[in-house]
Amino acid sequence: MATATDSRRPASKGEKVADWADGRLGIYGLAKANMRKIFPDHWSFMLGEICLYSFIIIILTGVYLTLFFKPSMAELVYDGSYGPMNGIHMTEAYASTLDISFDVRGGLLVRQIHHWAALIFIAAMAVHMMRVFFTGAFRKPREINWLFGFLLLVLGCIAGFTGYSLPDDLLSGTGVRFMQGAIMGMPLVGTYLAMFLYGGEFPGDDVIPRFFSIHVLLVPGIMLGLLVAHLILVFYHKHTQFAGPGRTNKNVVGMPLLPVYMAKAGGFFFLVFGVITVIAGAVTINPIWVLGPYRPDQVSTGAQPDWYMGWTEGMIRMMPGWEWVIPTGHTINFGVFIPLMVVGVIPIAIALYPFFESWLTGDKREHHIADRPRNVPTRTAFGVAWLSWVFMCMIGGGNDLWATHLHLSINSITWFVRIGFFVVPPIVFWITRRICLGLQRRDRDKVLHGRESGIIKRLPHGEFIEVHEPLAQEEMHTLTAHEQYRPLEAGPKVDENGVVRKQGVVERVRTKLSKNYFGDAGQIPKPTAEEYREVTSGHGHH
Amino acid sequence: MSSEHLPSEADHGPAGQVAVADHEDPFKDPGLPPHEPRKQDIDERSAKRSERTVALLFTISMLATIGFIASFVAFPVDKMAYVWPLGHVSILHLMLGLTLGIALFCIGAGAVHWARTLMSDVEIADERHDIEADAETRAKVFADFKQGAEESGFGRRKLLRNTLFGALTLLPLSGIVLLRDLGPLPEDKLRHTLWGKGKRLINENTEEPLRPEDITLGSLAFAMPEGLKKDDHDFNVEIAKAALMLVRIHPDDIKDKKSLDWGHDGILAFSKICTHVGCPVSLYEQQTHHVLCPCHQSTFDLADGAKVIFGPAGHALPQLKIHVNDDGYLEALGDFAEPVGPSFWERG
Repeated sequence: MATATDSRRPASKGEKVADWADGRLGIYGLAKANMRKIFPDHWSFMLGEICLYSFIIIILTGVYLTLFFKPSMAELVYDGSYGPMNGIHMTEAYASTLDISFDVRGGLLVRQIHHWAALIFIAAMAVHMMRVFFTGAFRKPREINWLFGFLLLVLGCIAGFTGYSLPDDLLSGTGVRFMQGAIMGMPLVGTYLAMFLYGGEFPGDDVIPRFFSIHVLLVPGIMLGLLVAHLILVFYHKHTQFAGPGRTNKNVVGMPLLPVYMAKAGGFFFLVFGVITVIAGAVTINPIWVLGPYRPDQVSTGAQPDWYMGWTEGMIRMMPGWEWVIPTGHTINFGVFIPLMVVGVIPIAIALYPFFESWLTGDKREHHIADRPRNVPTRTAFGVAWLSWVFMCMIGGGNDLWATHLHLSINSITWFVRIGFFVVPPIVFWITRRICLGLQRRDRDKVLHGRESGIIKRLPHGEFIEVHEPLAQEEMHTLTAHEQYRPLEAGPKVDENGVVRKQGVVERVRTKLSKNYFGDAGQIPKPTAEEYREVTSGHGHH
Repeated sequence: MSSEHLPSEADHGPAGQVAVADHEDPFKDPGLPPHEPRKQDIDERSAKRSERTVALLFTISMLATIGFIASFVAFPVDKMAYVWPLGHVSILHLMLGLTLGIALFCIGAGAVHWARTLMSDVEIADERHDIEADAETRAKVFADFKQGAEESGFGRRKLLRNTLFGALTLLPLSGIVLLRDLGPLPEDKLRHTLWGKGKRLINENTEEPLRPEDITLGSLAFAMPEGLKKDDHDFNVEIAKAALMLVRIHPDDIKDKKSLDWGHDGILAFSKICTHVGCPVSLYEQQTHHVLCPCHQSTFDLADGAKVIFGPAGHALPQLKIHVNDDGYLEALGDFAEPVGPSFWERG
């Protein structure tokens, strides 16, 4: 053991290499700070890892695919190893995707891994974001990292859309057409933007090569930068942890990067890669050879985008077809334009939430202890209501599938979604908050009265009671470690000189919201030491 | 309460000890719990077993990689077979996926098992430090900045500053101008299709000119303008606007008088391109004469001038005026009277 630090011993070969590198890169400073860096452990902390690893898998497989894919809309007549397509007009993009699927050995596997990893990447980002949201891990000092993560999700969707558009099959071409139609629906600039993006009238010859450079260079380049920044900030801020014995806002408790997290995280990369590969080998998605090449006058039924675009599809489908010709003689296509605007509003509502909450609480401190979702009922309710909003849109996006699978009228489903879009989130908000408050009450009872032991005891006068077992100190601490904000006070109507105090609208709204968040309806006060002592000292237990 | 509560545990158990220990704050943080050794920490045989498990997983991975290479060489690329429950699949594809997946998975499983059973699981606490700099650093930074700004003369030499801003503001214009040739201006491109007076309606499948008797009552047929060929370079651009849908409805069932007049004996020709975002509408219900766009479910009533009766489309499908020419073929009497496809700002 001692030899490792013994300076008289000549440096080993490995040490010499390290010294060489340190003399040029200064790696010892970095290693000192990070090699034994502590990471707290919780199953939900691996969600972000899945994002990172599936991103790496996408890059690896994507580079391979570029070796064979030809992003060209030049027309040809197929003559290749997939018999059913022989003699059919198609673009080089579609033909080369057929080649990757049928002629390149392993090409189909890589294509499938790429697509599956993309679906999982975005799903993992969404769930990771939920974890961060519901535990309040977006609070100071992590607001900027929240935005980086949000941008990664948005860019991931753009990368996904441009990616699945590339094969130029009947389904993806329909998506590209949809996008063109949606752009045309923008007032004033729509037709110009559409002409510029598509290099002329739809479909033209340019959109696939342009999407290709967006998909393989522009978007992943930005994402790589954001990802690195995201990870640097995770290291710099140090990971949040849940409350527990010995875990405070001033420390981070867990296991060191070397060796435990190196092995666990490194191993987890292979687990994710392995699982995605097996899925890709066994379950075929996007079988473009079944769909056929794109033609603007053909379409398949049950046309669906990849799952993460489903909510935008839903908004487009649920919108009534309002179209006005305004007195200037111009047309406003609200049926497309309003969904296009709302598609921006829904994500921004969640992206800006951290700033809203810090404005509401006025809390300028750093927060490193993750909240349990129940302990911030209004935030949790907002988050779940937001999810229900997105989910309503997704139902709308798949209204045809809901209709055919459940034998329902497509019109009724659409009407359900139109109404549900406005009605469901408030209901979900209310229900979620009730559930959170209930859970808070249960925690409170557990702390004050102990846990139900399941042992029934009969008292001398014949009454039956259930014996409650007191909690261990660790648990009592954990259940009471969260802070509770007090609602803002409106302040007196008049100041000390009797002059009427003016309270701005913003301040009034803030007071009201604060009351909603932290008032009696918004949270159950956690038990105090006095209450605990009162309950434990009295024998009036029942 | 305490006397009623499981006296044995409250008196002797660890839970009982802490519950009564502190009268100051009953919820005080008791600090990190002591490390509890795992089986592998105290039993060498158990540790050996873990070691063998990990080594086995790594070995399986090696075998799987060899299996991957063997599959790559052994199975032909076009060999299909029935594999329950997957159905007919490419054997090469399936084998490559399984072997590569197992090779990857076992490395991961081995590493994680190693970390969980054999590496130390003693929890360590690291301190956190404020992200915010202390007041001294902050003061130094602002002083440095102020000095730098003063030395640059940025605030003092306003002419320099303003001209620099001017130059930097103008420069991006070059970049915007460069984008001009991304595409042509819309002009009236969206207002014209290949249809025109005297163009016959060509059956899209047979590529033969259509006669009225080819369109039977209740049927739906697709047509393209005479002169358009599938191997034309701009076929897709033209068909994206010109795609035509023909129905024959009993003239008494046609509610819209103008629509009836624009057709021939109940044969009506509508644009096939949805007025919502441009998908081809194609799901025709012959009893109701409704046609539905499979993309976003806009529904049009072909018996009533293709008016929108449900869904997000904003206006009716444009109708093409047709008649039968002297040779007995269906023929267009002109182009569409209004732009086809999705609506746009200048559409009017």
